[in-house]
Amino acid sequence: MPQRQGKRFFFEKKNQKTFVLWASEMAVVLLMLFAAGPASAISDPREMLANPQQEARAEQIGSQLRCLVCQNESIEDSNAALAHDLRAIVRQRVSAGETDSQIMAWMVARYGTFVRLKPPLSLATALLWFTPVLALLVGAAAALLGRRRVQEAPQPLSDAEHVRLAEIA
Amino acid sequence: MIPELGHFALAVACALAFAQAIIGIWGAHRRDMRLMAATPGLAISQFLALAGASLALVLAAAGDDFSVVNIAENSAIAKPLLYKITGTWGNHEGSILLWGLILGICGALVAGFGRNLPSAMRARVLGVLGGTSAGFLLFCLLTSNPFLRSFPAPVDGRGMNPLLQDPGLAFHPPILYMGYVGFAVPFAFAVAALLEGRIDAAWGRWVRPWALVSWCFLTCGIAMGSWWAYYELGWGGYWFWDPVENASLMPWLTGTALVHSAIVVEKRESLKIWTVLLAIGTFSLSLSGTFLVRSGILNSVHAFAQDPARGVFILGLLGLVIGGSLLLFALRAPLLRSGGIFAPVSREGALVMNNILLCSVCAVVIVGTMYPPFADLLLGQKISVGAPFFNATVLPLAIPLFAAMAVGPLLPWKRGRLWPLVEHAWWAAVIAMIVAGVSLIGMRVLPALAFGVAAWLILGSFAEVVERTLLFRAPMANSVRRARGLPVAVLGAAIAHAGMGVTVAGIAGMSLASNKIVEARPGDHFKVGGYEWTLISIDDATGPNYAARVASIAVTKDGRQIALMHPSRRNFESQNQTTTDVAIRTNLMRDLYAVLGDERDGSAVLRLHVNTLAPWIWLGGVIMAFGGGLSLADRRLRVGAPSRIRGAVPA
Amino acid sequence: MNGQDAAGAGIARRRLLMLAPLGVAVAGGAAFWTMLSRMQRGTFDPHDIGNPMLGKPVPAFNLPALAPNNGFSSADLLAAAKTKPVVLNFFASWCIPCAEEAASLAQLEQQGAQLWGIAYKDDPAKTRAFLDRYGNPYQRIAVDATGNTFIDFGLFGVPESFLIDATGTLAWHIAGPISDSVIGGQLKGRI
Repeated sequence: MPQRQGKRFFFEKKNQKTFVLWASEMAVVLLMLFAAGPASAISDPREMLANPQQEARAEQIGSQLRCLVCQNESIEDSNAALAHDLRAIVRQRVSAGETDSQIMAWMVARYGTFVRLKPPLSLATALLWFTPVLALLVGAAAALLGRRRVQEAPQPLSDAEHVRLAEIA
Repeated sequence: MIPELGHFALAVACALAFAQAIIGIWGAHRRDMRLMAATPGLAISQFLALAGASLALVLAAAGDDFSVVNIAENSAIAKPLLYKITGTWGNHEGSILLWGLILGICGALVAGFGRNLPSAMRARVLGVLGGTSAGFLLFCLLTSNPFLRSFPAPVDGRGMNPLLQDPGLAFHPPILYMGYVGFAVPFAFAVAALLEGRIDAAWGRWVRPWALVSWCFLTCGIAMGSWWAYYELGWGGYWFWDPVENASLMPWLTGTALVHSAIVVEKRESLKIWTVLLAIGTFSLSLSGTFLVRSGILNSVHAFAQDPARGVFILGLLGLVIGGSLLLFALRAPLLRSGGIFAPVSREGALVMNNILLCSVCAVVIVGTMYPPFADLLLGQKISVGAPFFNATVLPLAIPLFAAMAVGPLLPWKRGRLWPLVEHAWWAAVIAMIVAGVSLIGMRVLPALAFGVAAWLILGSFAEVVERTLLFRAPMANSVRRARGLPVAVLGAAIAHAGMGVTVAGIAGMSLASNKIVEARPGDHFKVGGYEWTLISIDDATGPNYAARVASIAVTKDGRQIALMHPSRRNFESQNQTTTDVAIRTNLMRDLYAVLGDERDGSAVLRLHVNTLAPWIWLGGVIMAFGGGLSLADRRLRVGAPSRIRGAVPA
Repeated sequence: MNGQDAAGAGIARRRLLMLAPLGVAVAGGAAFWTMLSRMQRGTFDPHDIGNPMLGKPVPAFNLPALAPNNGFSSADLLAAAKTKPVVLNFFASWCIPCAEEAASLAQLEQQGAQLWGIAYKDDPAKTRAFLDRYGNPYQRIAVDATGNTFIDFGLFGVPESFLIDATGTLAWHIAGPISDSVIGGQLKGRI
């Protein structure tokens, strides 16, 4: 019975066909990367707005709003009833033509700044927002101080040492 | 009887841990050979006692012993055996016992593998590990004892959260804890070195394998947790910057810095203070993370029992361990002698920048996570910090890190120039720019740039290997011979760095996933992501402790069947909870992802996704861990390689 | 000499720098200690996000009735509050802490307080059954089926209650059930 030889394995018809199918699937996958739209986390198609741009805007606003009964999810990500209601309100206001900041202000008036997942820049949150810059500065300072220590110049010679140097040289 | 034995074993382990701590530190201080020689034995005995205690708990759980309070609260007769066993660490008390067990394993491993360490160093390291164990086991015995009994014993347990009855989540804690707790060993080495008053190149060589092993486990643990969230939560999310997730990311970031920094101590006897501080800091972050998620201070989905009283005990433990070690650092660190000056452009310089960037990202994560309770305490303001904040602040720091990551290994020690970097890595940069350019044509800006970065990382990481093997510039046979002679650590580093690139590509691909949410009746077809999806039917099914509705969805492409998927919804009667069971089919380039939602009026809500490149997110993590593990195999790191004739030398 | 002084100053500065991590840890520890002890005493609750509607006027609403009672609007509420402060309680039949709260609410009613209720997202038949079972302490009840009024008040769960004073502002709020200790403590003298 003729055995499959190692080198011929790839060229057998069945394996070629599998490879071609896999490759065409991969091609589709790569093409999909170029055709894809934004991700959504809602669980009910009836919630979504008919106009895709408005829906996208509503999702964008929703992803900035915290779901208050969920512990660390946005209202877009959550299945809770309150999140559902808040999503509906956001969509209602988006179709009514309100701007992003108006809708945010409406939410903040009722729930406080806590409902915003990205805290607004204020005196209280200044430290929070400047942390990356501060951390880099502190780190750079620490590194520079370390270098300066290592490179401290040797102490200048005393008079007696000068005399001795002259004797040796 | 078995729980009593377990309880006794736990108490014995605690006593042994105290003995280990006192004898180890005192023996080394006094240079008493007998005391120092006794410590490894104590460490191994402590581990055996802890193993016994853990075994007792597992046996009691498997045997449905509901007189044990912990088992009555977290288990039930109807639970499958696997989850009864893995459930022993899925609750607060059990997880503390797991912490203790892994600390014990670490001690036993140091006792076993550290035979070539100078006995004073080994005694001190074991002493510090013993002290930490003692604190944890005391906490366990006094406030979180898993062996507490109640009489009369309930007939059946109150079951467990059905979300935790899952293979991924069952094994996530041990792997994560091996990483988390494993950093206790570098911590112990750091404290031992500070007690001794000196750090030399050998110390760097000893610390690195322990740091690497812990780092590998932690990487796998974090990747597992993220993957679990992806297939469990039902809409494809995989990282939420949740406080508990952040608590595992923080030691990972400083641990990565530690693994790199230790190289400099070993090779150039430089960056000693950085490395010691990182070693202390990483374990401190692990400990603090444990405290925070159990204290009730943080708002998180994961958070364990909210008990401020327990929080006070852990805070005391933290004060001793962290405060003590940092006090020792403040006293002894200025005495450390540093060698090797280096130019800013050099491998040391690049590693300093690496340290600074990683620690800055860690600082951002720490501040972002802790800001809400601190703002509440100090300013009385209720602020919340969520994913959008972290995404906005971490990304600008990550970009220079990714840029430098690929070419850092190309820099020579002490002094280097930037031009050779361009010479050796230009091809990777060009390909990366082409990838980014092509992607920009059809995609949003951020994913397109991310693909460019990913290409840079994957290709650029191998630039050093290409250089050293003279690939394409010398005959292939020569290159292969050179490759065989390369230190394994070089290959390991290249693979680990490339793994990061794979993860970045996965994240970019995932952000471009196609999905559709539809209401479907049996027989309906949908087109999503280039595939045709058909709902065939929705049927009933039952499991050991749940009733389920299962959908059958056929996925075809051009008439050829690709997959038959069965997403389901399970209803657990005893917990009155419903969970969704996502169906995923992967070919490692894309995930087909289907979720069954609510049913009404004969039609069901379905979420259908094609998550492009999603598997790469976690595959990248596995590749990183593999690269790290490969580096461990490097002969230069095997401390035990010299012959046994030498034996332990008193320092 | 100069060089030695500089070196001495340098070492002193380094020593100070090395104390920095300890300083940060001690500060953090002190802060956590404060948080924990206040949590145990009840003066600090990281999970309590407060309610920004506090101190603001009652939001406008007009809700239908739960037969056979009448519904009410914000105008009715303001009018009633002029005579005596009104406790406005949001509840639902599906909410377990609401059942536990019923006894305290009955006590409030016996004390002569004005107590008005809004049933949130509830089936009217089930609400009635709930009131039959646990007693009806409310002088007036309305039904918020959509949940919009609930959101206008900045609420996120039931039970939650407000105290409306004579000026028509929301003078007090509690997220959670009103217990006897609350009646004897926070509400004492205000109703």
